[in-house]
Amino acid sequence: MKLSQLEVGEKGIVKEFTDLEMSVKLMEMGCLPGEEIRVDRIAPLGDPIAVNVSGYQLSLRKREASTIILQ
Amino acid sequence: MKADIRVALVGNPNTGKSTLFNVLTGLNQKIGNFPGVTVEKKVGYCQLPDGRKAEIVDLPGTYSLYPKSQDESIVFSVLADKANPLSPDLVIVILDASNLKRNLLLYSQVADLKIPVIIALNMMDLAKKSGINIDIGLFSKNLGIPVVPISARKIEGIDQLKAAVSYANKIALQEDSIDVNAIAPQLIESISKELNIDNPYFALQLAHQHETLKFLSTEQSSRIETLEKEFFFHSQKAQGTETIARYAFINDLLYDTVKKPDTAQDETLSNKIDKVLTHKVFGFVLFFAILLFMFQSIFSWATYPMQLIADGFVWLQNSLHQVLPTGPLTSLLVDGIIAGLSGVMVFIPQIAILFAFISILEDTGYMSRVTFMMDKLMRKVGLNGKSVVPLIGGFACAVPSIMSTRNIENWKDRMITIMVTPLVTCSARLPVYTLLIALVVPNRNVWWLFNLQGLALTGMYVFSLVSAVVVAWVFKFILKSRERGYFIMELPVYRMPRWNNVAYSMYDRAKSFVLQAGKVIIAVSVILWVLASYGPGDRFKNIDQKYLQPQYTQTLKPDELGRAIASEKLENSYAGVLGHVIEPVIRPLGFDWKIGIALITSFAAREVFVGTMATIYSVNGSAEKMESVQKKMHDAKNPQTGQPVFTLAVAFSLMMFYAFAMQCASTVAVVYRETKSWRWPAIQFAYMTVLAYVASFVAYHLLK
Repeated sequence: MKLSQLEVGEKGIVKEFTDLEMSVKLMEMGCLPGEEIRVDRIAPLGDPIAVNVSGYQLSLRKREASTIILQ
Repeated sequence: MKADIRVALVGNPNTGKSTLFNVLTGLNQKIGNFPGVTVEKKVGYCQLPDGRKAEIVDLPGTYSLYPKSQDESIVFSVLADKANPLSPDLVIVILDASNLKRNLLLYSQVADLKIPVIIALNMMDLAKKSGINIDIGLFSKNLGIPVVPISARKIEGIDQLKAAVSYANKIALQEDSIDVNAIAPQLIESISKELNIDNPYFALQLAHQHETLKFLSTEQSSRIETLEKEFFFHSQKAQGTETIARYAFINDLLYDTVKKPDTAQDETLSNKIDKVLTHKVFGFVLFFAILLFMFQSIFSWATYPMQLIADGFVWLQNSLHQVLPTGPLTSLLVDGIIAGLSGVMVFIPQIAILFAFISILEDTGYMSRVTFMMDKLMRKVGLNGKSVVPLIGGFACAVPSIMSTRNIENWKDRMITIMVTPLVTCSARLPVYTLLIALVVPNRNVWWLFNLQGLALTGMYVFSLVSAVVVAWVFKFILKSRERGYFIMELPVYRMPRWNNVAYSMYDRAKSFVLQAGKVIIAVSVILWVLASYGPGDRFKNIDQKYLQPQYTQTLKPDELGRAIASEKLENSYAGVLGHVIEPVIRPLGFDWKIGIALITSFAAREVFVGTMATIYSVNGSAEKMESVQKKMHDAKNPQTGQPVFTLAVAFSLMMFYAFAMQCASTVAVVYRETKSWRWPAIQFAYMTVLAYVASFVAYHLLK
C-alpha cells in the first residue's frame, strides 16, 4: 500500500521508501519508518496532498507520496 | 559597531526566528549580503544585562544542515568554518515548542558541531494552549545546556534569554546526541587526520558537502573525494542512516520530557479554516477576491504618496534650477541625476504596499495554501505553485515581484518565474496603453455595456498573462535543471500576522530596492541625459544662432520660441541622431525616427514614453497635459504622404512593442542582483526584444 492510495482521513504507518533521494528529504521532515501518517486533505485540483505526520502538516505531490510504502 | 560576543540565530522556518531577531535587536539592525553570495544577511546588536554588547546574526531558516537551497547552505558555512568572518561564539537554536520533534533534528546536528549552544523554546503559550506539557528542567538536564522558554510574539522570556546569553559558557557543554563515528568510521578518521579536524561531525559534513563549500581549497576537496571513493561512501545512504539515528535519539528525549494529548487543539482549528480556504469553489473565489483587493490597493493607495513624491521632486528640481547657476553641471545634476532618482523613488509606495501584503499572507500561513492549491496548474507550464505570487505582483511592478521569487527553492522554477514576470502588464505600461488606445480606439459602447477602449485595455492585460504562461512553457523545455523538482513543504498552522514584521519587511524591501536598483537607474538616466542634451559637431550652436534671428524672435512668443528650440535640439541631439540611425530597423514596424527616440529613452523606464512624446511634439508638461499630447499626436502628419502618423496599425504595433520589450532598467538591475550574473538579464533582454519586434511587425502588417 502506498501513501498516495489513501483516502482523506485514512491513516497508515510508514514502512519504507522506493526512492532513495526522496526518502532522505522526507525523513528529514519527520516522515520516517514507524511514524503514523494521516491524509488530511487533497488540493482542489487533485494534487498535491496534505498529510499529518510527526505532529505537523506536510504537503507533498502525489508522485512523491507514491514513493512512501505503508505497512 | 564593535561587539563583545557574536551570537547566531538558527532554527526551522515558521518558528518565529525573525520575530525573535526583531525583538532582540529592535531597529538596531543592518541588512547586507553574506560574502560572495546573494543570500541576504541580517545583523543586529543587542545590549546584554552584564553591560556587554552582543552582535546577533540571523541565519536563514532551515530544516537541517543538509541544504536544499543556496540560502540554507549558508548556515553550515557560517557555523562550521572557523575562518568565516561571521563565525559565532554562541548559537541560539529556536525551537517551536508546539512541534518539538521535527525542530530537534536541526538542534541535534548543530549541537554535534560542538559550538556553545543554548535553546530558546518559542511559542510556549501555543504549546500550553494545546495541552503540551514540557518538563523544561529535565529537558535542559538531558541535553546538558540552558533551555529558555520564551514567547517572541508576546515578548515573554526575552530578558531571561539575554541573561542566558551573557552567562553562556565559552566551551560547548551539550551531551552527545548520536554516535557520529559509527556512520562512516574510517572515512571520518581519515578526513579528520588529513585536514586536522577534531570534530567528527564536521568531518562527516565535509564528506557530504565538500563539492559546494567555498571555504575548502580545490586540493582539500579533491582529497576528500578520493577518500570517499576509497571507503565506498554513499552520501544519501549515510544521510538516511544519520537521520534515522537522530530521530531515535529525539524520540528517547521526548519520551521522558514531553506529555501531549492525542490531538492538539490548534490543529483542528487550522483544519477547519483550511476546509473553507482550500475548498474547491470558495478556495479559488476567495483567492481571486484577495488578489483583486491587493491589486486595487496597490493602484489606489499608492497613487497619493507616489504623486507626493513626484511633486516633491518637481519642486526640488525647480528650486535647484532657480538657486544654482545655469550650466551643464546644474543640468546634469537636476535633469540627469535627480530626474533619475525621482524615477526610482516613485516606486517606493508600490513596493512597500506589495511587500506588506506578501508579508501578511506569508505570516498568516495563507501563502502556503495558495501554493498548495495552484501547484498542479502552474506545474503544467513549467512553473511552481510558488510562482503565483510574483506573477500577480507583476501587475503592479516586476521589480518587487522578482525579489519575491526568493522563496521558490527549485532553481529552474525560480529562473522561469524571473524570466516571465516582466511580461505581465505592469503599472508603468498603463500610461502608454491609455494614451495610445485613446488615440485610435473609438470611445463607444458595444453590446450596450462594454466600452470599446476599456475592452482594448483589458485585452492587453489578458494578453500579457497568456504570453507569460506560453513563454514559461517554452522555457520549461529549454532550461536544464540542475536539481530534481520536488514539493515537500510544511503547511504551518494559521496565525495572526505580526504587524512589526510587516513593517520591517516594508522598510527592508524599499531600502534594498533604492540602494541596489537605484544605482543602475541613475547611471542610465545620466547617459540618457547626455544623449538628449548634446549633439554632434556644432549643430546646437547653429540652432541657438538660427533662433536669434528677428524672423523668429519677433513672430514667436517666448515660450513658443523655447519649445521650437527644444524640439529642434532634440532632433539634432545624439538621441535624435540615434533615432534617425535606427529608423531603417523600425520602419517595418511602422515607426518613424520620433517614435525611435521614444523607444530609446523608454529603455530607462516605460513611462518615459509619454514625456518623450510630449517633448518631441513640443508640448510642455507631462502627465497633466495628457490631453494635449494626445491631440498633437492625433494631428501629427507624415511630411511625405500627408497621412496621420498614428494610425490603428501604428498604435497597436507600438503597444505590442511595449508589451514585450524589456524597457525597464530597474528590472534588468534587479534580475542581475537576484541571479548574480549578467547572463540572465542578457537572455531575458534578447528574447523579449525579439518577441517585441516580431509581435509589432505582425500587428502592423495585419492592421495596415
